[in-house]
Amino acid sequence: MATTNAPRRRARAGVLTPIAADAFGEHEARHLLWRAGFGGSPGQIAALAQLGPEGAVAHLLDYEAIDHPWPGAADFDKDIMRPLSAEDLRELRVARQNRNEDVVAKYRSQQMQRQRADRAQIRAMGEWWLGRMIETPRPLEEKMTLFWHGHFATGYRTIENSYHMFLQNQLFRRHAVGNFGELLFAIVRDPAMLRYLNNNASRADDPNENLARELMELFSLGEGNYSEADIKEGARALTGYSFDDDAFVFRPGDHDQGIKRILGESGRLDGDGFVRAILGRRACSAFIAGKMYRFFCREVPTDPREMDADARAAVDDLANTMLRERYEIRPVLRRLLLSEHFYSDAVVGEQIKSPATLVVGAVRSLGTPTRDVATLVAALDAMGQALFQPPSVKGWAGGRSWISTSTLYTRQNTLAYLLTGRKPTGFDLRGAEAYDPKPLARALVGDPKTASARAFGEAVADFVLGPARTDRAVEELSAVGERAGRVTPTVAADMVLLASAMPEYQLC
Amino acid sequence: MSGPLHNNPSEANAWTRRSFLHTGLALASASVTVPHFLQRSAFAMPTYAPGMASIPGADEDRILVVVQLSGGNDGLNTVIPFRDDGYHRARPTIGLRAADVLELSGPGARDVGLHGALGGLKGLYDDGMMSIVQGVGYPNPNRSHFASMDIWQTADTSGTGDGWLGRYVDHQCCGFGKGESGRAEGAVEAPLAMGAEAPLALTGRSVKPVTFESPELFRWAGVDARKELGDAYDRVTTTGPTADAEPGSAKSFLMRTALDARVASDTIRKAVGVEPLVSYPGTELGRQLSMVASMVRAGMKTRVFYVSHGSFDTHAGQGAGAGQHANLLRQWGDAVRAFYADLKAQGNDSRVLTMSFSEFGRRVGQNASGGTDHGTAAPMFLFGPMVKAGVFGNQPSLSDLDEGDLKYNLDFRSVYANVLDGWLGTDAGAVLGGRFRATKLIKG
Repeated sequence: MATTNAPRRRARAGVLTPIAADAFGEHEARHLLWRAGFGGSPGQIAALAQLGPEGAVAHLLDYEAIDHPWPGAADFDKDIMRPLSAEDLRELRVARQNRNEDVVAKYRSQQMQRQRADRAQIRAMGEWWLGRMIETPRPLEEKMTLFWHGHFATGYRTIENSYHMFLQNQLFRRHAVGNFGELLFAIVRDPAMLRYLNNNASRADDPNENLARELMELFSLGEGNYSEADIKEGARALTGYSFDDDAFVFRPGDHDQGIKRILGESGRLDGDGFVRAILGRRACSAFIAGKMYRFFCREVPTDPREMDADARAAVDDLANTMLRERYEIRPVLRRLLLSEHFYSDAVVGEQIKSPATLVVGAVRSLGTPTRDVATLVAALDAMGQALFQPPSVKGWAGGRSWISTSTLYTRQNTLAYLLTGRKPTGFDLRGAEAYDPKPLARALVGDPKTASARAFGEAVADFVLGPARTDRAVEELSAVGERAGRVTPTVAADMVLLASAMPEYQLC
Repeated sequence: MSGPLHNNPSEANAWTRRSFLHTGLALASASVTVPHFLQRSAFAMPTYAPGMASIPGADEDRILVVVQLSGGNDGLNTVIPFRDDGYHRARPTIGLRAADVLELSGPGARDVGLHGALGGLKGLYDDGMMSIVQGVGYPNPNRSHFASMDIWQTADTSGTGDGWLGRYVDHQCCGFGKGESGRAEGAVEAPLAMGAEAPLALTGRSVKPVTFESPELFRWAGVDARKELGDAYDRVTTTGPTADAEPGSAKSFLMRTALDARVASDTIRKAVGVEPLVSYPGTELGRQLSMVASMVRAGMKTRVFYVSHGSFDTHAGQGAGAGQHANLLRQWGDAVRAFYADLKAQGNDSRVLTMSFSEFGRRVGQNASGGTDHGTAAPMFLFGPMVKAGVFGNQPSLSDLDEGDLKYNLDFRSVYANVLDGWLGTDAGAVLGGRFRATKLIKG
């Protein structure tokens, strides 16, 4: 056994070998900025390359060093969906008993007004978050917040409380590169999650299994690593985990005090005991490592047995790192982002941009006007990534599932909107500002007027399409300049617009 | 797309594809990068006048529409055993009283009725256009939405592999293992899903479904702003994968999807731009089914359409005769009713079979939140003039339960088998990868 295993272990240890400092240039910096952020301008890429691998990764990952205001709770109204006071409830109950229709109608209309106001607020939150992704000097903080939102997927339409979605967003941002264990303890206390998976009404005499099931299947262990009995017992452990207004409450009267047996652990387990039993399983770090690998590297099967050898070894290494670091996420990410593997051909240019990465990346890398953020949020919905409304508790599947014949047009049209102000239905007066390609053009070739159409076409293909560029892309982009005779700002803008409509633009 | 095609002789190959797109003639090369539906001029103009009945004896005129009820529809509150005391005991507040149930006549219908919100379906039932199959499920039921939906969509209890309708299209197109170029007689078009995401059911090995949400978003707007780029855009989106895109890579996949999108766009936008012959309810499902009817009317040769309705995940406050679940049922029934009125006005109703299912039913007993948790067996539904009208199969016992859940009587693949061989005219065993005794629900 030992002899046959030894070389394999060495190979596994080798897969995440750190990249050599002299192998880290602008191509690598561009890749790092797209994956650990949302892409960047030529100037940002050059500056990152100058830092070398360790410095560049530290700049993105140790982002607390960069000053950026923490989103204030005062930014949003936390009282829109506040439950009725005891007095109001009494008045409503009496009115119902006495069939006092006027009073009942007053409360009904208040409730409808509140729901309308709350729906407006969740839209505003989508715009706020997308705006923050576009503007932040700490892109990895927002990207990891988005990662956890997709992982612990909770949908606004079910919970109908925008402020709870905001609190959950704060939770993800606080733990973005922090400790996964702490996040798991926190998520079984999160009002939005408790409501979304119906745990707030789960009682000892009638446990609701929803949260217990998804906690293991989707949030920590993955299918096949627990039994139906674990779900039933786990649901008992979570009984009484509820919330009152905006805060978690434990209701001892609703909690099942009995002995449970979950994942091999026995005792009078509560929600924390359940979470501890999960964190004690090797499958947990493997599951989270696999999910991070898919998010940052490439599309591989969920089941490690179906992954190719490199992916399996990389995920294994990340899972070991996670265990060694007691579920701290930052060292796991550092190991991945510094690895040779992360910069290998199998990974670079192979990822299909998520809708958020596509939109935010276009503004950040091409320097387009932001135009109307509400339109961009609606575009994310149409591309299948509605913020605060993942399609299900499973989150976003990512990869090729982003792309259909329909979303491909939405992607092309969103880019056309950012670059020209034109929507499929016509020009948008609010976003009529012209795109100025001159800063980008100057950064790429110095003085565009003296550059040949071919040289400029090459430069645009390299920067806009990166490693996904094809020979055809270079030909077509150069031809735009050749037809015009020289590279004017209009020609430069046309080249960027054409590149953005190419199938390969969807890759990063 | 208007103006001179272009004059670069080195792009001759692209030229033939482009003129093909314009005329719908089979000028395309047989390159493996060209989708099958393109080779067969899938989105070509109809060969007979829209609104005419089908070509007699032509199998390929038969259409299947799947209306998926997502989230786990509560079967017991859809087809209701309202004469069973056990039903009312298990559901003291969400159970429907007899007065809120629409009684059914005909074979097998004595002990059940439809939810009162299903007036639309009751009309279809009375017209002999609705078949209800009771107690449908599969062995060792999985109560996870995703796992169970995958099982239904792959027709495989491991929930892995290609979608069952994707396999059907693959099978028709080339036969398994014949490769992409070996087209067979009777090959069919890529299936079409309404919505943002392609369902697993339609995803096969070689054929990718066309997905389509809304007509005005189904084209590139960049050319409106910069007409000069039209020709270049045509070239980069209509040639399929380039030589330097590795087969099977994400890049190759994107290039092929761009081509699929381009071809589908022109035809579909033309089809759905026509006013429907009847008015539909103003719901999302109504909108989707009206577009399906328009595409059928335009003579598109797509044989499989897929739409989704829901979510039916009523863990809390699902209501009884009125409320959350009743609203979902009403939207479903009214939209399907309008769909068949439209098809009948077109003269196409006898060409279109519709099937509805959900990934599971719900638990027999209601929970403390006035809702129901994930369960197992539930009824399935077929619609259209070709179905045997009535209620088939046995209602599972409400007292002999498996951990609070119904025991299924019939494997859902028996219904699929009948749809495949009795309607689509294919070898059900080969598509389903096993023999399932077909439940005879389709006439003839």
